[in-house]
Amino acid sequence: MTTEQPALTSPPPEKLTSKRTRRQISAVATFLVTLFLTFLGLLAITFFIGRVIPIDPVLAVVGDRATQAQYDAAKIAMGLDQPLYMQFISYVGNVFTGNLGMSVSTGRAVAADLSRFFPATFEMATLGILIGVAIGVPLGVTAAARQGSWLDQAIRVVGLLGYSVPAFWLGLVGLAVFYARLRWVGGPGRLDIFYDGLVTPITGMILIDSLVQGEFDIFWNAVWHIVLPASVLGFFSLAYIARMTRSFMLDQLSQEFVTTARVKGVPERIVIWRHAFNPIRVPLITVIGLSYAGLLEGSVMIETVFSWPGIGNYLTTALLNADMNAVLGSTLVIGAVFIVINKVSDVLYRVLDPRAR
Amino acid sequence: MSSPLLEVENLRVSFPTHSGRVEVVKGLSFTLGRERLGIVGESGSGKSMTGRSILKLIRKPGEVTADKLRFEGIDILDQNEKQMRAIRGARISMVMQDPKFSLNPVMTVGEQIAEALVTHQKLGRKEVQQRILDMLVAVRINDPERVAKLYPHEVSGGMGQRIMIAMMLIPEPELLIADEPTSALDVSVQAQVLDIIDDLVTRKGMGLILISHDLALVSRYCDRILVMNAGRVVEECAAGQLDKAQHPYTRGLLAAMPVIDETRDELPVLDRTQWAGT
Repeated sequence: MTTEQPALTSPPPEKLTSKRTRRQISAVATFLVTLFLTFLGLLAITFFIGRVIPIDPVLAVVGDRATQAQYDAAKIAMGLDQPLYMQFISYVGNVFTGNLGMSVSTGRAVAADLSRFFPATFEMATLGILIGVAIGVPLGVTAAARQGSWLDQAIRVVGLLGYSVPAFWLGLVGLAVFYARLRWVGGPGRLDIFYDGLVTPITGMILIDSLVQGEFDIFWNAVWHIVLPASVLGFFSLAYIARMTRSFMLDQLSQEFVTTARVKGVPERIVIWRHAFNPIRVPLITVIGLSYAGLLEGSVMIETVFSWPGIGNYLTTALLNADMNAVLGSTLVIGAVFIVINKVSDVLYRVLDPRAR
Repeated sequence: MSSPLLEVENLRVSFPTHSGRVEVVKGLSFTLGRERLGIVGESGSGKSMTGRSILKLIRKPGEVTADKLRFEGIDILDQNEKQMRAIRGARISMVMQDPKFSLNPVMTVGEQIAEALVTHQKLGRKEVQQRILDMLVAVRINDPERVAKLYPHEVSGGMGQRIMIAMMLIPEPELLIADEPTSALDVSVQAQVLDIIDDLVTRKGMGLILISHDLALVSRYCDRILVMNAGRVVEECAAGQLDKAQHPYTRGLLAAMPVIDETRDELPVLDRTQWAGT
């Protein structure tokens, strides 16, 4: 943190601008360096995990009927005869060139697999968190503003359900009611079968790809399919977000500056949203960021119930098949997601809280 | 004295607890003209609650009753929230205790002062800006343009309190309640802040209720003093006649005040058995 000198006489304007630009450039540089270092730390961890897990990667490739000569040849081909630091360097090099190795269970490159599975999770998680925030935050604020009322109690019950209902049960009931009976939403899968494979993947997110290619039928079909699983995910994050929002708000509403605002004659709606809500945006971002990261890890339950080809399922399958490359690749992606979300939160803190600047 | 600005008769404030309702203000009565009234008392004597009930800011489950609570003929207890909002800030305002907590940490000083003004008056941007700068000058801030852009954590306590005063006086209210306006400040800036309040209140002919636990300070800045203890007024007198006070509580407080150059080793302790029934 740079501490600002109290300027007794304001410096000439052009000097001020150059000073500010320089400070911004150095802030961006620091940001990028820490981002890189954090990522390197993540790579070190995944690399380390890859070495300590008692699975012989060579054996996984050649199979247990291979001769010793074949085994040794494979070991050299995979670079596992090299010293550990050389292996790490080549691992880092591979990761940065997008080479995460082959997946034993799917028979494809892990990078290719991830670029298919992760966007599916990303799409659903993003929609889920949007639903969670769009409904959870106002619910939490309302509950706090009317603490102790029946509305507060009702919101608390909704939150409690979100905590205690199992995901697969809610998913199945959702499918039974809204898909099988009411036909309001599409069934499992990302698209109806006859739309499958019609859009060329660009981002891997069907909602975006179909829009870009002008395939509106496919877009609406994808919406129709994603609404239910995203809502189920959204409901769980909503419960958590609403609860946290409520407790942050209660804390703020008892602050003196909120009374100050009331003394000024400010309408209650503005007291709540401008004076009590604005200061809690920073802790809320932490809560939202963590829930979002949690959703991006992929939910095996939801993905299984909705036949969603997401990273949660991919990772679980890989784990059960001792598919090391796939496990490490997925871990890397999920770790990177956490890093990015944390960094974005850091930036938002500074935007939203003058004390953090 | 003109017709009273504020009439309070038998004001009671109570809060529910596990052992029934507890009254924190027990039948307070006074009238206030365009004068400076001091309310003195120890912590928990109900003086802040008195200030807040005049603004109808006692939140549920707190309850306020009074035989009469009239501001310029308006029955405060009869007003709904919307009518109260038109009175708060615009006609009755309150300076709070500690600027560290009573200013919004994520809004600039200028925005907060502007909010106090535009809540009650429709004005153009330029005019609002000008009024803010004038007001900041009035509370003796020398470089108002710079200060208006600062956040509360960037200003000192004394300056924070002057900003608070600016914010509360900018809509030009008729009555200002100052609730312990200097108890969070260094002694060196206390007089400065009170001088500013005194100066502005006198110049605009406003009524002032100065709530404090500091007898000396109140007697210096007020015309009349109410001494409160345990929710009741125990003494009412003109500021100059404090030394003729009758009630043992007031006498005890006065006796406990150290004087420069005195030789007492120990200050006397209040003997509460003389008046307290509880």
